[in-house]
Amino acid sequence: MSPSSDPLRPGDHVDSAAAPSQPPLGVRGWARFLWRQLTSMRTAIVLLLLLAVAAIPGSLVPQESSDPNGVIQVRADNPELVWLYDALSLHDVYSSPWFSAIYILLFTSLVGCVVPRLAHHWKAMRAKPPRTPARLSRLVGFQTVPGDASDLDRAERVLRRLGYRTARYGESVSAERGYLRETGNLLFHISMLGLLLVIGLGSGFGYDGQRLLVEGRGFANTLSSYDSFSSGQWFDEGSLEPFAVVLDDLEVEYETENRDAIGAPLDFTALVSVTEDGAERDAQIKVNEPLGVAGADLYLISNGYAPRVSVRDASGEVVYDQYTPFLAQDDAMTSLGVIKLPDGLEEQLGLRGFFYPTAVPLDTGALASAYPDLANPVLSLQAFAGDLGLDAGIPRSVYALETDEMTQIAGGDSGTDALTLAPGQTIDIPGGLGTITFEDVRRYGVIEVHVDHTQTPVFWITVLLFASLLASLLVPRRRMWVKAVGDGRLELAGLARGEDPTLERAVDDLARRLVDEGSAARGDDAPAATDAVGATAGEARPAGPTDRPRE
Amino acid sequence: MPPAELDAWSLLLVYSAMAVYTLAFVAYAVDVARRSAATAVPEEARELVGAGASGAPATGAPARPTASAPATAPAGRPGRGARIGFALIVIAWALHLGGAVMRGLAAGRVPWANMYEFALTGVAVIVGVFVLSRLWRDLNFLGVFISGLATVFLGVATVNFYVTPTPLPPALQSYWLVIHVFVATLATGFFALGSGLSVLQLIKERRSSGFLRALPSTVQLEDLAYRVGVIGFIFWTFTLIAGAIWAEHAWGRYWGWDTKEVWTFVIWVIYAGYIHARATRGWRGSRSAWLQLVGFAAIIFNYSVVNLFFKGLHAYSGL
Repeated sequence: MSPSSDPLRPGDHVDSAAAPSQPPLGVRGWARFLWRQLTSMRTAIVLLLLLAVAAIPGSLVPQESSDPNGVIQVRADNPELVWLYDALSLHDVYSSPWFSAIYILLFTSLVGCVVPRLAHHWKAMRAKPPRTPARLSRLVGFQTVPGDASDLDRAERVLRRLGYRTARYGESVSAERGYLRETGNLLFHISMLGLLLVIGLGSGFGYDGQRLLVEGRGFANTLSSYDSFSSGQWFDEGSLEPFAVVLDDLEVEYETENRDAIGAPLDFTALVSVTEDGAERDAQIKVNEPLGVAGADLYLISNGYAPRVSVRDASGEVVYDQYTPFLAQDDAMTSLGVIKLPDGLEEQLGLRGFFYPTAVPLDTGALASAYPDLANPVLSLQAFAGDLGLDAGIPRSVYALETDEMTQIAGGDSGTDALTLAPGQTIDIPGGLGTITFEDVRRYGVIEVHVDHTQTPVFWITVLLFASLLASLLVPRRRMWVKAVGDGRLELAGLARGEDPTLERAVDDLARRLVDEGSAARGDDAPAATDAVGATAGEARPAGPTDRPRE
Repeated sequence: MPPAELDAWSLLLVYSAMAVYTLAFVAYAVDVARRSAATAVPEEARELVGAGASGAPATGAPARPTASAPATAPAGRPGRGARIGFALIVIAWALHLGGAVMRGLAAGRVPWANMYEFALTGVAVIVGVFVLSRLWRDLNFLGVFISGLATVFLGVATVNFYVTPTPLPPALQSYWLVIHVFVATLATGFFALGSGLSVLQLIKERRSSGFLRALPSTVQLEDLAYRVGVIGFIFWTFTLIAGAIWAEHAWGRYWGWDTKEVWTFVIWVIYAGYIHARATRGWRGSRSAWLQLVGFAAIIFNYSVVNLFFKGLHAYSGL
């Protein structure tokens, strides 16, 4: 970023000794002083390291954005720390004031640095290479080749062909190349800024909704269809794309052969029918293959089983018949669910229990699931009679049963066995309330609809960012001089501007080219010319390219 | 060959590679010790000569190298131990690569889909970068570091992280697994090399006797560490970008501050700081070397602690 002392130096140049600066008095002077401090490279490094450190707490404490259940868990486990979590925004680290402060300062520093350098680079691009120094012998790769002033035209041609910009100063050629390095450097930092702006502004228009679908069911893309929905601050409900999706079938494949991985999921495919613009089409969604519908992306984010349970009252009348999604608890898809019957029976009835896709009895007599697919499906429910607590107007989760005001009538300590059913089986509900039937089971999938207008711009900015990073780190910026000294020799030397490990090799290469081209022009044999280099090269040099240690 | 048998062969090759890496480490270590001794001897010899009147029989053996060793083993030329070490490390690497390929065949996919496989391939890449860098420059003085690191990492991985090959979970079934993860191992390889150079630079800054005299100057070490680090940084940036694209496909967002994403970001920022530090007066030298080491420590942390103990979407350790 910005060199603090001299804006005319390239960015990766080691700062030269800073002149002792005496901050002038007065508000303007102080503002200027602070601005200089903020835009200095040292401050930028400190801010970068601070940013790295500040990002860490977000991986230690669950974040609202990536792990909302973890947030609930942590707050429940540590009630005495909740105030601290809130005071420091520890559940929203990446949008917290302190994290924002660091990156805003960093980007301010970046802007304060890039703008003057843009101006400087613009001038440098249009300027001629600088005057030839008086003594080339102090520079990198200094050597001589045979030649005189008449060879300078040729030297200039060779340099131009190598991508140098050249200028003549008396009996010498001055050349510079690698402007792309600074261009890349500036573009890289500008694209970082662009990334921040695009994400900051663009994500305000997007939304993200989730909907659970049992096989055979569908939903239309309206706000009320979603089980959960979040959107950016400028989201407009009218912008919801009109389409509808039906989950026809959820195909699941599990490993059956590899003994070490029996039951490991191999593939999830949601076969769906999409209605868009009045036309219906079949499509599929897989884990790594989202489905694009009208500018939105549809993902399959989870799946599970939804047993269909029907209940008849004492007179045999069907009072309840529904698919209820159960939530998977482990890899073998042991699933937990709750069924609530507020109406229809003499008392309100609550059922809570497990669905085992492949039930096996444990030594304790309890059941467990041994395999995630439907080999031996069994539903085992505890029953509670009494007050479900739904009438008080307090919102209750459909996945939780409030049993404070209820009496257990089956399973647990009730003295009656849990209601254990295979598909098609019917048994009596204790207390003469009626009968319950496990009709069948279907799979469900959770579909996420995601609209993010930043995707495409972010992608292209990132491409630019990467390309400019390559240029800024790998393109060498260097100056090269060829000077006719008048005794039948040309002096050559280079100067690195920034990291340039191959500068010496580049001077050697130039010397070789000059000699080769010189001999070709004179009609000599190439080998003889190469000998000439050996004879006149300035000093004894090791055969291979080496780095000259800095003094 | 059935997968289980292929995997058994793979393990056998990996164990053999570990044994040969250990031998390479011993060879390199002996070389270092010899060279340290070679330069330490003159002082010792002088002492002995001074006290020579009484302890005459002892002087013969240690005094012998004084005449030849410092003169004939100039800086930079690897000793015989180092040459043996390099030969051994090449052999170990070949065995190691064989083990990784066998593992891939056993699993029917690229061998970097869980923690054990990532270590297996990652260490192969680290050693590979070291071995192939020979074509560009002689970095044999890093032999102790690289062979030691390979032995320890492979040991830890096979003992603690080994799992039998299992099929890929649906989230990993993507060509991005090949690109994203492999480039991450490449980046790790270059960062490992860079941190080795930085360690030597820091040691040499404090002390420059014994075998340290034979090393390139601290400035040369720093330059090398930087160049290697820059390549690592480029690969790491690519890993980050490729990961974001994959995340967009698999999870529906390109960036979500998942724990692994956080640490990848932290590492990226540390190395960005390192690159800036190299261009800033007062931050060159040992400070930037420390930054490179902090960056590599964060990589090790990301691989080990974040994989094993942090909750997140990158839950692919297989353990």
